[in-house]
Amino acid sequence: MLGGTLAAAILPVTSSFAKYIQVGVPADDPTKRIGLGPSKLGTRSPFESPLRKPSDISSRSPLQDFYSTITPADLHFERHHAGIPNIDPKQYELLIHGMVERPMKFSLADLKRFPSVTKTCFIECAGNFRTGKEEMTPQDILGLTSQSEWTGVMLSTIFREVGADSKATWFLAEGGDASVMTRSIPAHKGWEDAMIVYAQNGEAIRPAQGYPARLLLPGYEGNMNVKWLRRLELSDQPWMTREETSKYTYPVKDKIRMFSFEMDARSIITFPSFPQKVERGWIEIRGIAWTGRGKIVKVEVSTDAGKTWNEARLQEPVLDKAHTYFRHLWQWNGDDTEILSRAIDETGYIQPTLRQLVDARGTDMGGYHMNPITSWQIKRNGSVLFKPENFK
Amino acid sequence: MKTIFILAGFALIALMAFTNGAVRHHAALVSDTTNVPAKFGFGSPATSQDIAKWDIAIRPDGKGLPPGQGDAAKGKAIYVLKCSACHGATGADVAGVKLPAPPLVSDTSAKNKPKTIGNYWPYATTLFDYMRRTMPYNLPGSLTDNEVYSLTAYLLNANKIISADVILDAKTLPGIIMPAKKLFIVDDRKGGPEVK
Repeated sequence: MLGGTLAAAILPVTSSFAKYIQVGVPADDPTKRIGLGPSKLGTRSPFESPLRKPSDISSRSPLQDFYSTITPADLHFERHHAGIPNIDPKQYELLIHGMVERPMKFSLADLKRFPSVTKTCFIECAGNFRTGKEEMTPQDILGLTSQSEWTGVMLSTIFREVGADSKATWFLAEGGDASVMTRSIPAHKGWEDAMIVYAQNGEAIRPAQGYPARLLLPGYEGNMNVKWLRRLELSDQPWMTREETSKYTYPVKDKIRMFSFEMDARSIITFPSFPQKVERGWIEIRGIAWTGRGKIVKVEVSTDAGKTWNEARLQEPVLDKAHTYFRHLWQWNGDDTEILSRAIDETGYIQPTLRQLVDARGTDMGGYHMNPITSWQIKRNGSVLFKPENFK
Repeated sequence: MKTIFILAGFALIALMAFTNGAVRHHAALVSDTTNVPAKFGFGSPATSQDIAKWDIAIRPDGKGLPPGQGDAAKGKAIYVLKCSACHGATGADVAGVKLPAPPLVSDTSAKNKPKTIGNYWPYATTLFDYMRRTMPYNLPGSLTDNEVYSLTAYLLNANKIISADVILDAKTLPGIIMPAKKLFIVDDRKGGPEVK
């Protein structure tokens, strides 16, 4: 405290008003010091530093730093195939052709003239699961999922505008980055809840998320939500693009499964998690659950390594194809144990164990559409460690 | 404040009554905000040139393949020049060497590991589509159609799928049956309790 007092006395004071009330006051007492004034752009508290974890091709969201389900846009996970393009919104055009009555081009301004809709949902990479060691955070294990409030135009509105042929069963979505990435998408998704979105959490979509416009396919694997969307083509068959054949497919026993679009229900406890420490007594276990097949109806938490399960409280409103926050109060007696969660969705699907997935798909199942229950080990000394499970 | 709310409430009810009356007698007054048109008339028609500029996707039946041709010998020379820096001298996996890009060549019977064109790609047309749209990594989209045909021929030959004398063009490429095609199944899961 003495150090603080001395510091306050010699700190340069810029406010002419503040200098009269500064002398001899501890520097860390905010009630005795005029704070910063208004500014054009806000910043996080200097005491908070949530950060993504980047690799060469992706970056992962810090799930353990979130207290609810919206991902701040600058912490949204990234996955790109040839970097982030710099697209001038004035030059931007979206082309729609193929099995349509009227092939059309839309500028960004054109897209914004159509009736707009806002949808809050997750986008998750189909390869979102890592395991292998105890010193792993939620970000390391499942950081390739994020949630935003997206705004744009329903794709069905655009389909009607161009006179999409009802006999078209597929459409191709193509990106305007250097990978010019393409995916074939069932036309029914376009008529149901697909959107072309230009806004994220209330402001223009970020470059890493597809500026100036991307495809949004609620509940479908992230790769299909094509960013920097420049072209849509309607057809009566899929294109069998590289991303839907040699990538985003996975061995199931002696076959290779393709066209897994919907993300399976899953959950993760984000608190407590590695490298946090816990104390004996009351602990509110917290986490997120989600499914690409509608709503989460129940999350169960076990505090005895899966022997018994308790129903967690879900934060309302529970949204369609959205991260759903869950909480469960637990009184820890200080013994070694394991805590885990499992999600149950509106189709009656229960998040499986790794063992169940191995039994269904074989040990060579690869890394796509892997949604096993994950466990945290709680050690007597209060440390929390991930429980890596070997399946090879 | 209460009075104001009550007055506002009466005003609202009065307004609603008026609007209802208006609907009966002057339907045109409110129809602007209640109908969604079949077509908004936004955007501009795409010309055939607009479409040709971007329409680069190739379907498995060959739709979209351009004129031109290539063969494995020409393809090998282009491979060495433009591809080998990332994919290795021949495209095959080299034990103990971490290449910047995935291996492309293997025995077609090798099971999944590493995933290559020979054991994991179900359609030959995908090779043409993918290479033309985004390869090589340092100069994406810079290959000519003939170069892409030749590179496709080289990679299919290196994976022992076609012989060295095959000339690839818009006719022959879609006819190639890939060894991995028989392995692919379409996901038929629809949710529900079953784990598959």
